[in-house]
Amino acid sequence: MALRFEVLGRFNRARAARLTLPHFTCQTPLFMPVGTQGSTIKGLTTDQLETIGCQIILGNTYHLELRPGSQLIDDLGGLHKFMNWKRALLTDSGGFQMVSLLHLADITEEGVTFQSPVDGKPMLLTPEESINIQNNIGADIIMALDDVVKTTITGPRIEEAMYRTLRWIDRCIAAHKKPDVQNLFGIVQGGLDPVLRDICVRGLVERNLPGYAIGGLAGGEDKDSFWRVVAQCTAGLPEDKPRYVMGVGYPLDIVVCSALGADMYDCVYPTRTARFGSALVPEGVLKLKQNAMATDERPIDPSCPCMVCKNYTRAYLHCLVTKDPMGSQLLSYHNLSFMARLSRDLHMSILEGRFPEFVRGFLRVQFPKGDVPKWVHNAMEVAGIDISECCTPTNCQHDAMEAAGVDISEFCPPTRCP
Amino acid sequence: MRFAVTKVCASGAKARAGLLQIGSSGVETPALLLSTRKGLPAFMSPDLLSSLPLPDSLLLNVCPTHFIEVPPSKTISNIGGLHRMLGLPDHILVAAAGESTECLPSSDATNKFGASFETPAGRKLVKPSDYMELISCLQPNLWASLADEVPAWVNEKRNKTSVERTLRWLDACIALDAASGRNSLGVVVGGSSIEQRKLCATEVSKRNVSGFWIGGFGLGESVEERCSLLNAVTDCLPLEKPRIVSRLGLPGACDTSFFFLEDGL
Repeated sequence: MALRFEVLGRFNRARAARLTLPHFTCQTPLFMPVGTQGSTIKGLTTDQLETIGCQIILGNTYHLELRPGSQLIDDLGGLHKFMNWKRALLTDSGGFQMVSLLHLADITEEGVTFQSPVDGKPMLLTPEESINIQNNIGADIIMALDDVVKTTITGPRIEEAMYRTLRWIDRCIAAHKKPDVQNLFGIVQGGLDPVLRDICVRGLVERNLPGYAIGGLAGGEDKDSFWRVVAQCTAGLPEDKPRYVMGVGYPLDIVVCSALGADMYDCVYPTRTARFGSALVPEGVLKLKQNAMATDERPIDPSCPCMVCKNYTRAYLHCLVTKDPMGSQLLSYHNLSFMARLSRDLHMSILEGRFPEFVRGFLRVQFPKGDVPKWVHNAMEVAGIDISECCTPTNCQHDAMEAAGVDISEFCPPTRCP
Repeated sequence: MRFAVTKVCASGAKARAGLLQIGSSGVETPALLLSTRKGLPAFMSPDLLSSLPLPDSLLLNVCPTHFIEVPPSKTISNIGGLHRMLGLPDHILVAAAGESTECLPSSDATNKFGASFETPAGRKLVKPSDYMELISCLQPNLWASLADEVPAWVNEKRNKTSVERTLRWLDACIALDAASGRNSLGVVVGGSSIEQRKLCATEVSKRNVSGFWIGGFGLGESVEERCSLLNAVTDCLPLEKPRIVSRLGLPGACDTSFFFLEDGL
């Protein structure tokens, strides 16, 4: 075990914690940006990531092994040194990329067989090999190779994958050469079946790992199933260890999962949506490509303190997005700042005993008409957070005026929960 | 804008060191202007730009034609011009109409009304009035006048026409300028003809400009030609005003840079 996890505050299932890793001491809940082609977040430097407030970033094992190769990284002192990132790193097992990027992947008991994209030769990624690569890379947290199956698939494959994941975790543990400086997280599989999920949770908890991830979600399942799996897993996983929901995601999903007791998240969404010209704002998403943006002299988000919102208007960003790489860069910067602020808000609101107020405020701004989705209602009930007054429509002409670009903050002060 | 030559090379060489002062920023010359796309250097947002050496990295070359479609002029003015729009209040922004990657001069389509450019928004004809509208809302620190830059292989007649148009457009731009040319850089063209180059340089020097933009290079002339052409031009320019030359190629071509230094730029 190479981490310490201390819960500093709670609200029902939600927790604010301090996660001490070899390279950095983090505050949870937290969002982890994803690096591609190695670990660089497209368009941003490590200095900028630090300024933004990123605490942990994901390195992509598959890409790193392909180029420059994990052995080279190890020879040069590990990925932290290689990319000049002082804070924490997490690497995935490489399995997901293989399954999602390569069309002819075949999963057997031995491992994942696939065609090398370099020369077409058959290659095999075993649990041992995955851990070996991740040991070379040197991240603070490494992920077990799991047999990942999309939740949209049904049938015996899900059960097979869940049991195989448990057999593979033992092979991962045996292969792990640096447990004193790298934390191996197990991944709970089992599709949408509560029985399978329960078996998997108990199996992994028995292995006494430093932390646990909830995998196999964020792949197209309906939201109602999604939150139930998260709720079930967080209820069964140990209190005193971090819980990581893989592939999540949208700010709303992160708020809900945090209310249900999860601590860590990763997703390509904020950076990918930036490259398509969309900025994350408290109300949802601002599409900079829209014609209306060409004359809009406001920043993306007047309440955002990031470098982009302090310097740039929507009008200027509109002329950049999808035409100039600078547009992607600036939007990625803003979107990651947004996610870092969301993480901070979650941590602080739980710590300071105002988590329900934060959740209500968040939902009111995202759903000013009061149309909070049913699945969020259901999840919040289990989380023990009363969101009833976010679900009645406000009486003011908020939407119409907002669309016209009129600043109505002086006419329409935000309502406060009693 | 203030410019002063601080030191001249001895023994007849023309190279000189100088100091360019704009607002509170001062840059020693010879200096390099960083090229930009829509006002920002490629991949360098303002927070990264500030980590480059100062004050040298304060000089940016901005192309007004990058903004020919969006944002609208009124929006740019409302925002407060280039410096505010780009988030670079302390930088020295020098505007010139054509540049080597995004806004190539398209001399075939240029006519007596305006200069044509291949812009990211397609081919555009820019008249002096269009250009000065952009300049007045962008408010760069210095701006080069609209010019007819032609490749080295055009015939004598076309080359002569390019000089006539460039001078006419210079006068038109100054006339349309609220500051009557106080921050202008007169553009010198003339292609590969020493005679035309000298003629243009002499004529431009007579106008009320703050400095000179030596254009028409990087359009097919040979490296050897360049030196004699530049020499001819600088011979006709007043010593006390700054001279900018564009599109000379990679800094790695050391022997050619050396010549240019000698030519007094």
